[in-house]
Amino acid sequence: MRQHHDMGGLPAGPVDRREHDYALWEKRVDALMMLLSEPQRQLLRVDELRRNIEALPPDAYDSMSYYERWISAIAHTLLQRGVLTADELGRKLAEVEARGTAG
Amino acid sequence: MTEIHHLHPHRHPAVPDDDGPLGYYQALEVAVRELLVEKGIFSGDDVRRAIEAMDARTPAQGARIVARAWTNPAYKARLLADGTAAARELGIDTAATRLIAVENTRLLHNLVVCTLCSCYPRMVLGLPPDWYKSRAYRSRAVREPRGVLREFGTVLPEDVEVRVHDSTADMRYLVLPERPDGTEGWSEERLAGLVTRDSMIGVTRCRL
Repeated sequence: MRQHHDMGGLPAGPVDRREHDYALWEKRVDALMMLLSEPQRQLLRVDELRRNIEALPPDAYDSMSYYERWISAIAHTLLQRGVLTADELGRKLAEVEARGTAG
Repeated sequence: MTEIHHLHPHRHPAVPDDDGPLGYYQALEVAVRELLVEKGIFSGDDVRRAIEAMDARTPAQGARIVARAWTNPAYKARLLADGTAAARELGIDTAATRLIAVENTRLLHNLVVCTLCSCYPRMVLGLPPDWYKSRAYRSRAVREPRGVLREFGTVLPEDVEVRVHDSTADMRYLVLPERPDGTEGWSEERLAGLVTRDSMIGVTRCRL
């Protein structure tokens, strides 16, 4: 069966040609991917990033922005590899949300 | 698998800068980054350097490759034979990805897409435009490329063959556009000024 991300050739509307400048947080997500993939770390392969993006349910895939899908997939990969544990990520996330700033 | 997106109780709109309240995925980025820094996997400076390096990758790099190929037949032959090595000659490192250059001619027009995700020659052109990653472009570029091209203002004569290249994680395509007429004798630098990002994706042609 065709998976949700496999959209080549399907009918779709006109191309929305509007562009946005990437926000700092999006660039940071990109930087995380680049750094984790570097040969000296090898903590993320592009196949893992893609597998974890493609594993998103269709409604999540469509409603999440591009870098939202990426950070979700990066976090999943790090959990799958045991680089991070769900506990520590959950605790840190609560701490960041309580703090409410990126700094 | 922990369903991170399911932990999220409600959806926040994307926040365009870092001054407003953090959205869930922005907080997730902060949390992941801080944990990795705490574990010594990389430093905050590494993150800043990676961002600066990505910001420095712009279509101007691709334009240098194209202008060199337009003015130097030996370089063009090397570019079409091995895009990765030809980029490296100009100091552009494509890292783990292979670069494949495809040449537009009077009778052949090349268009690049990534139907499965968003693979793009990011090491040469920088980050892709939003539309490249959109459902509409990814779906339609392979089925009705002429219709997509028309939306970008590119109307090709019927006798021009359109070839669509579907990128993969490991193979990234760069279109070598046709050199516009009336540019005979131009310097490489001046020619590079004609080469747009979109012409290297293949949705437009270079014009004077």
